[in-house]
Amino acid sequence: MNPENLQVKIKAENLDFYYGANRALKNVTIECFDKKVTAIIGPSGCGKSTFIRTLNRMNDVIPGTRLEGKILIDGADIHAPDVDVVDLRRRVGMVFQKPNPFPKSIFDNIAYGLRINGMKNKRKIEEVVERSLRGAALWEEVKDRLNDNAFSLSGGQQQRLCIARALAVEPEVILFDEPCSAIDPIATAKVEDLIEHLKTRYTVVIVTHNMQQAARVSDYTAFMMLGELVEFDRTEKIFTNPANKLTEDYITGRFG
Amino acid sequence: MRRSTRKKLVQAAGFLALRVAMGLVLAVLVLFLYDIGRKGGGAISWEFLSQAPRRGMTEGGIFPAIVGTFLVTVITALLAIPLGMCSAIYLNEYARQNRLTRLIRLSIRNLSGVPSIVYGLFGVILFVNALRLGTSILSAGLTLGLMTLPWTITASEEALKTIPDSYREGALALGATKWQAIRTNVLPYAVPGMLTGTVLGLARAAGETAPIMFTGAAFYLPYLPKSLSDQFMALPYHLYIMATQHHAIQQVRPLAYGTALVLIVLVLGLNMTAVVIRYRLRRKRR
Ligand SMILES: Nc1ncnc2c1ncn2[C@@H]1O[C@H](COP(=O)(O)OP(=O)(O)OP(=O)(O)O)[C@@H](O)[C@H]1O
Ligand SMILES: [Mg+2]
Repeated sequence: MNPENLQVKIKAENLDFYYGANRALKNVTIECFDKKVTAIIGPSGCGKSTFIRTLNRMNDVIPGTRLEGKILIDGADIHAPDVDVVDLRRRVGMVFQKPNPFPKSIFDNIAYGLRINGMKNKRKIEEVVERSLRGAALWEEVKDRLNDNAFSLSGGQQQRLCIARALAVEPEVILFDEPCSAIDPIATAKVEDLIEHLKTRYTVVIVTHNMQQAARVSDYTAFMMLGELVEFDRTEKIFTNPANKLTEDYITGRFG
Repeated sequence: MRRSTRKKLVQAAGFLALRVAMGLVLAVLVLFLYDIGRKGGGAISWEFLSQAPRRGMTEGGIFPAIVGTFLVTVITALLAIPLGMCSAIYLNEYARQNRLTRLIRLSIRNLSGVPSIVYGLFGVILFVNALRLGTSILSAGLTLGLMTLPWTITASEEALKTIPDSYREGALALGATKWQAIRTNVLPYAVPGMLTGTVLGLARAAGETAPIMFTGAAFYLPYLPKSLSDQFMALPYHLYIMATQHHAIQQVRPLAYGTALVLIVLVLGLNMTAVVIRYRLRRKRR
């Protein structure tokens, strides 16, 4: 499935994932293209979160889990023994469902990733903080209150702060797990605009329950059910002329 | 209509019962503090606080006991705080949550219920005899430290549990190592809570008699300890002697009450410190 001959950024091959005995991903094979937005849709519990969390190996921290198959980023196996998972997570950023600012100042939230990655130069940090906040369309709203606690921001602002925080460490891929499910429609519109914009520089994978959102922001859409990838195609195609009956039923709201 | 008045009555009665219970507890506490304050207040003077006992402890002050309790509490803290925090960090952040860790946790909870006299005897066997530390500040402090450890571990673990996982995951997702995430995004928010529990444990230890009785506390010493391997006088033990073992109990009653007052003020002071730490933490979180 690569009609435009795009560069493949992420490739999952025959991916299986187990929580103990529960097989949450079944033989998933998918390609996410460079500088495109890939949306993952599907009913609750079908393994969307599980899937994107395998991409930055966040599932590694859950005890009793097991992964089979391969994930390649830029052609390199992310489970290869010489891969540093810490470095992988810097390259593959993640924004969570619920905004999770740290109880620090707005500035320190953004600077956090820089500091743990060893950046000491104050001027440079300030520069990156500003650039990241601009990148997340938050700069104008917070530039006069960088030292305020991040908890004082609204939910939508907090989510954009988390996006800025992810941008600051200059990842190549950004994973969004239902980034708008905890924020209001206006804030959602802002985040969607932002994602549109982000794909000029980053590869984006977004999990969403909102069909309109998937249709609006993504170039490619994957439909999953019960741990399996049912259909993967250009978003236009999925939403106008899906090949699989299950996909059609789902996007037309016949089950959910 | 009827039913709702009945419900209201039941509620009013319930509230009343709760208030009475609360009032009773408070009354006992106030009465207790008042009694000690009244009977001990007269004994308190600068001389009482700054001088050693004289004439077979029928006169003079309790300065050596204050110093001894202070020193032994410092040793207790030095053992219980770092070891307790590290154990808690290991148990909560690193150890796999399986049968073994559950068993360890259960054992720790049980240890905090072991009577203090048992710790005292254990201290004699381990520190005084086996490790040849003799009856000393060190032995007594380490014994109290062991006794406090289950409390500090439990309190520290509870504090770590209050830190949301999203802080850990958020840091990891930015490329932090596990230790970096813990050090920079968990501990700063957990330490005040850890300290609160720990200080409460220390306050308890400072007031204990049984664990130090055989491990280092002395009946009477005319001089201050010069090193950690010396014996020492301690407030709770001094009080015990003044109240039950002295040859002229009636005569030294006021001194005993004075000692009790000082000990209570010290323990309450430590508890207040814990409250202040917790209050500060709450304000900062907001
Ligand atoms: N930490 C976990 N431990 C055990 N099982 C889990 C865990 N997380 C998810 N699962 C199971 O894996 C399956 C897939 O869950 P996942 O969270 O990936 O679904 P999802 O598609 O993201 O659902 P939602 O849309 O509700 O977020 C479910 O059956 C779920 O119960
Ligand atoms: Mg999910």
